[in-house]
Amino acid sequence: MDNVLSFVTFLPTVAALLLALFLRGDDEVAQKNAKVVALFATVITFVISLFILFGFDPEDTGFQMVEEADWIMGLKYKMGVDGISVLFVMLTTALMPLAVWSAWDVKVRVKEYMIAFLLLETLMLGVFTALDLVLFYLFFEAGLIPMFLIIGIWGGPNRIYAAFKFFLYTFLGSVLMLIAMIAMYVDAGTTDIVTLLGHEFSHETITVLGFHIVGGFQTLAFLAFFASFAVKMPMWPVHTWLPDAHVQAPTAGSVILAAILLKMGGYGFLRFSLPMFPYASDLLANFVLWLSVIAIVYASLVALVQEDMKKLIAYSSVAHMGYVTAGIFSFNQQGLDGAIFQMISHGFVSGALFLCVGVIYDRMHTRQIDAFGGLVKNMPAYALVFMFFTMANVGLPGTSGFVGEFLTIIGMFQANTWVALVAATGVIFSASYALWLYRRVVLGDLIKESLKTIKDMNAREKWIFAPLVAMTLILGVYPSLVTDLIGPSVSALIDNYHAALPMVADAATH
Amino acid sequence: MTSTDFSIVLPEVLLAVYGMAALLFAVYTGKDKLSGLVTWLTAAVFVIVALWIGLGGQGSRVAFGGLFIDDAFSRFGKVGVLLAGAAVLVMSHDFLEKRGFAKFEYPILLLFSTIGMMVMVSAGDLMSLYLGLELMSLSLYVIASFRRDNVKSTEAGLKYFVLGSLSSGLLLYGSSLIYGFSGTTSFAGIISVVQGNVPLGVLFGLIFVMTGLAFKVSAVPFHMWTPDVYEGAPTPTTAFFATAPKLAAMGLFARVLFDAFGGVPGDWQQVLAVIAVASMFWGAFAGIGQTNIKRLMAYSSITHMGFALMGLAAANAEGVQSAMVYMAIYVAMNIGAFAFIMTMERDGKPVTDLSALNLYWRVSPTKALAVLVLFFSLAGVPPMLGFFAKFSVLMAAWNAGLTWLAIFGVIASVIAAFYYLRVVYYMYFGSEVEPLDNTKSPVAVLLLMVSALIMLVGIVNMFGVDGMAAIAADALVK
Repeated sequence: MDNVLSFVTFLPTVAALLLALFLRGDDEVAQKNAKVVALFATVITFVISLFILFGFDPEDTGFQMVEEADWIMGLKYKMGVDGISVLFVMLTTALMPLAVWSAWDVKVRVKEYMIAFLLLETLMLGVFTALDLVLFYLFFEAGLIPMFLIIGIWGGPNRIYAAFKFFLYTFLGSVLMLIAMIAMYVDAGTTDIVTLLGHEFSHETITVLGFHIVGGFQTLAFLAFFASFAVKMPMWPVHTWLPDAHVQAPTAGSVILAAILLKMGGYGFLRFSLPMFPYASDLLANFVLWLSVIAIVYASLVALVQEDMKKLIAYSSVAHMGYVTAGIFSFNQQGLDGAIFQMISHGFVSGALFLCVGVIYDRMHTRQIDAFGGLVKNMPAYALVFMFFTMANVGLPGTSGFVGEFLTIIGMFQANTWVALVAATGVIFSASYALWLYRRVVLGDLIKESLKTIKDMNAREKWIFAPLVAMTLILGVYPSLVTDLIGPSVSALIDNYHAALPMVADAATH
Repeated sequence: MTSTDFSIVLPEVLLAVYGMAALLFAVYTGKDKLSGLVTWLTAAVFVIVALWIGLGGQGSRVAFGGLFIDDAFSRFGKVGVLLAGAAVLVMSHDFLEKRGFAKFEYPILLLFSTIGMMVMVSAGDLMSLYLGLELMSLSLYVIASFRRDNVKSTEAGLKYFVLGSLSSGLLLYGSSLIYGFSGTTSFAGIISVVQGNVPLGVLFGLIFVMTGLAFKVSAVPFHMWTPDVYEGAPTPTTAFFATAPKLAAMGLFARVLFDAFGGVPGDWQQVLAVIAVASMFWGAFAGIGQTNIKRLMAYSSITHMGFALMGLAAANAEGVQSAMVYMAIYVAMNIGAFAFIMTMERDGKPVTDLSALNLYWRVSPTKALAVLVLFFSLAGVPPMLGFFAKFSVLMAAWNAGLTWLAIFGVIASVIAAFYYLRVVYYMYFGSEVEPLDNTKSPVAVLLLMVSALIMLVGIVNMFGVDGMAAIAADALVK
């Protein structure tokens, strides 16, 4: 299988086309068929993507399964995976079937809903496998369209505001990145990411409109990429689109948004910012570190006072992404390992938490925390699952959440002790908001009249959670599964990064 | 005047002969009953001539002592203009017939204006430039007021005529200044005089000529006529305004700047860059408040012209190539968009309110999807072809050192994205209103679908348009 990456990437699109062209009508049978086809397609995609995982050689730090073809305007269609991207591909293919399955009860425009998700899967996979700047940008940006529609068509009451905010916010961040990409293309003469990784961009101080810019080209390009990835992550203070988008999005949309779309920002930092602009990364590391810890503390505090469950989890996502960026910008093995681990783990945990909210939202059609209480009486299985993921979110040892937070804090500690100190308080805050949420929703007396008849999870819902519970536990007790895969690539990245820096220092003194 | 000269202008001559013959034939026989036949026949002639020019022509030839140039650049422009004209013709017929003004003059006027455009992109002299421009404009004035019993349509025609004459006057005044100070009207003569140091009179002339041309491409600050004329003119006419004449005027713009003033790019580059920025931003901001889809498309075209001018402002072959690629993609998108606007009707009456689109996807999911693709493409969101159009002009501007222009460009594109998204918003997330009819207009719907498909499939290889534009640009920029 030479073209396994393209095959996996575009398989969902083929399924979407089949649905679009051959499925007629909007009756129950057609809806059922649409869901079955989508589920089948995503499962097949996952199965085939296993070939990527098993065919992947962790010791080889270069790109593997590379495909290359000429494209328009001197660009290349090039795909490949390395230790940094392979797990994101797996995360995407693994979560998509669950997201589709969780949307089983959607009744409105089911066919279009499934098509949107299938297209979104292609675009997300493309982001993680593209090895050409413009191809990457294409997938990165195009993902906005299905997500815009998912929020706008199937979202909550304030969906239009949220959809526009989501789209325009991310679009503005990305076009600046496009400008930087053009500048890189002009500077290096190619858009091939592999070549660009080996290209040294100038860091001579330049003067723009009278301002001396230390780090020159690297700093400006870094900031342009930062604008895009920081919005996508999202980092404080450009996180404000996320709570709106999450609250309004339908459950499956929230799951994908939290579990995969946010990871594109972190992936971008690892793929572009660090290796291509090492000088600028070094220069701005403290700035990013402090932004990250502000995000951790601020978002945790804001989460504490939320009344909407989804909003609370959205703010908790912002805090958790703070660990990721802080880990990345501590530039050491633990920090980067931890950041990637945290992203994978957050993919499972936050996805599961949004599904948990979805379960009770489907029953009560509200997400207000006040509307619940004492659910454990009628929903013991749900209480157990929700408890498990609350603990994983808090970072209880034995769950994957712990490994990610622990590794990133170790990384931060080596880079900047004060940052690590402040970030560690986030662990306490996260325990308080998560446990308090759990106590208000699940524990206590069941006094609300409307909740008296609420039913526990059905078999489908339980089965959706099963793989998520399993993954969270497995990664929690045996993190080497991830770190062995990513380790060599990460250490190569760090070596290259540090190798680039003294050269920079030498060059600056001459 | 030799037979070689005539062989070079043969396509234009044959088209003109066909036009006059068709006019006589229709007048003396069936009059308006023949309008369908004339429309289809003219469209077929357009396509045949486009194929003939596109496949047959090669090299650079000059006719009538430099008045008329036939090179790869002019052929690129002509093929684009003819195909756009043919598409607009065939998709308009249903619309015109339903409203009872499917007159046979319509295709013939459109044909004459197309001949004018072909002369424009081939112009090698200020005289032939003016000739082509006026032939195009005079026909356009008439078809703008084609619904002569309709106040808005006649107002549009009059407005266009008055402002168009003003711009022609400015252009003529500039031409006379250039002639006075350089002693020649031919581009080849001007470029040999205007090297290095530009005489002040020529500089003034250049600015006036650029003003006149900026009016024709509706670039800010000479855009005022655009929204009113777009709104008032019958939709088929608007569709035509938005496509072929824009392409031709942009071609003429490039022709004048490079053939006549290619020696002094520094003198027009900044002017062009400022016009480009102003167009992009004004089009983006003013479009936000629009409630009429035709006015929206007017502001959209102003923004797009800003982007295409950004390519020209790069003042090199890459810039011209990107501008031509941009225009080709722009025309393809607009044909689809207007094909859709023509099918917008409620109880058989044309509707152009944006709010009429509310929940259109329930009326026709396929058409709504095609419009979605087109509007995202207009906004420049990948993976649609519209993104590559923007990408190529941004590349060209950046390569030419116009960094600030490229940065302003992307910011304007985010602002403009808002109103394109609004159309999608109405169609997909809107509120309940009385729905539009699911109009049966096979040709328009077909063109809408084809246009949307081009935007998606085109990303594979752009149908070779970028290669052709490169050849065209190399022919122009020596």
